[in-house]
Amino acid sequence: MIQVVCIKQVADTETRVKVAADGRSLDPAGVTWIMNPYDEFALEQALRIKEQEGSGEVVVLSLGGAGLPTTLRNALAMGADRAVHLKADLVPDSLAVARALAAEIQPLAPAIVWCGRQAVDDDAAQVGSMLAELLGMPCVTSIAKFERAGESATVERDIEGGREIIEVTLPAVFTADKGLNEPRYASLKGIMAAKKKPIEEKPAVLGEPNLEVTALALPAPRAAGRIVGEGVGAIPELVRLLREEAKLL
Amino acid sequence: MSVLVFIEQRDGKVRPVSREALGLAVRLAPAFGGEVVGVCLAPSDPGLAALGDAGCDRTLLATHASFARYDGVVDAAVVAKAVEQVKPGVVLFANSSLARDLAPRVAARLGVGLASDCTGVTADGGALTATRPVYAGKAVQSVRFPRTPALLSLRPKMFTPMTGAGKAGTVEAFAPGELPASRARVKDVVAQAGGKIDLTESEIIVSGGRGLKGPENFKLVEELAEALGATVGASRAVVDAGWRPHADQVGQTGKTVAPKLYVAVGISGAIQHLAGMSSSRCIVAINKDPDAPIFKVADYGVVGDLFEVVPALTDAVRKLDVHA
Repeated sequence: MIQVVCIKQVADTETRVKVAADGRSLDPAGVTWIMNPYDEFALEQALRIKEQEGSGEVVVLSLGGAGLPTTLRNALAMGADRAVHLKADLVPDSLAVARALAAEIQPLAPAIVWCGRQAVDDDAAQVGSMLAELLGMPCVTSIAKFERAGESATVERDIEGGREIIEVTLPAVFTADKGLNEPRYASLKGIMAAKKKPIEEKPAVLGEPNLEVTALALPAPRAAGRIVGEGVGAIPELVRLLREEAKLL
Repeated sequence: MSVLVFIEQRDGKVRPVSREALGLAVRLAPAFGGEVVGVCLAPSDPGLAALGDAGCDRTLLATHASFARYDGVVDAAVVAKAVEQVKPGVVLFANSSLARDLAPRVAARLGVGLASDCTGVTADGGALTATRPVYAGKAVQSVRFPRTPALLSLRPKMFTPMTGAGKAGTVEAFAPGELPASRARVKDVVAQAGGKIDLTESEIIVSGGRGLKGPENFKLVEELAEALGATVGASRAVVDAGWRPHADQVGQTGKTVAPKLYVAVGISGAIQHLAGMSSSRCIVAINKDPDAPIFKVADYGVVGDLFEVVPALTDAVRKLDVHA
């Protein structure tokens, strides 16, 4: 059984965002690049399934620039069997990415395609469901629990005010939420083994853009905060402000 | 061209977030010179005529027993068919857990771009610009749409629903056609205890952090939340420590929220947490460390021992009888 895990390299979540000179993108100076945190949950689940079954292949697929192999190497060190790097200087809109990924995935005929719930840079949360549509597969987004039973899987996800339990016929796309599992760290043995694993590089086939980013800006800063007071003595004033100034209570 | 709005229903009721989308549709419609049209998939009419009041000229209603529960493969095909019939300039979705799958699917099916989780939308002579938070709110991106229709999903609580719009709210039957075979079936929906409102749709949130010292002390947060009619949230630190479920996490790897009132209890204010809650209308912080970063974004800060301050605040709120 083949599983494909789509990953994205993103700026670390502790990054202080600065806008680049083009006024539309992140200034990459001083940024630490990591595997998108949600993609780690996706990769971990794929590895666990392979380990439980004792066979199969986990293929990591990603679209990105020259720095991407560091992240792909990390995925291989965690235990993926091979990686495919679709080379593109700039990561385009979600539909363009999904089309490029789907073209790679289709001939592999995987039983499961994994993605993270969303990338923590553009927060679009689109590629997984778009892949499913392009591949003609069902998709469950933001799954927090996964159990496979033969040709189907039972998964759970949080929705507004509750939790859905969904039975899905494979092949299918799943996007992983935090809480699905606890991703492993690459072992020293894994890191050594990853050096010998293949990363296939090829140019990404990208069509016309479907969305145009015209600006990236920092949000208006909040007005400076105010300390109402110290300890229990501040409560009457806090309640008064919430009622009379903020008009909330 | 008209503005098409996906009307989401659950258990026979139109979800409030769809009224927010209609509110925006009414404001955009003049720029497109068309009407506001809804499309709804349901086992039976969830009271769509009432949407005239919220600004809907007419709604296409596709009925089928299987529409009681969402199925992406099926629903995307039906919505895309409605888009092809109506030929709108814009299609709006509320960014709910359902639409997070549906909207990208419809976009892929139609071959057009989708701007997800938008917080602002302007129309300049039919050319739309959408603004959407990225990096969990550390920055805001502006996007334009090179193709028609423009697809947008809207962050809950950011767009004001209309009342008294006085539109017809006509309900028209829409033939969904032959439905594709279902391959994902919702077997069950387990309601959360107390019918809790999702954080992203809450008016008031009380969040707790590491300052609570242990999971058992979250009862202080829960009591304050109950007094305020609020939903309980949590910082990443306490979710990672296993004190609270991930569904409660506010911040960059959790939920981005924008309630009217956000009360941060024992949360220092790591950058990834601030990113997820800084667009709240009013922020109250209770923390013993006067240098905690949370105080830089808090409208009202109280420096002190949360184990004394929080119960006192809960008492004071109860005495107000806010629900009276």
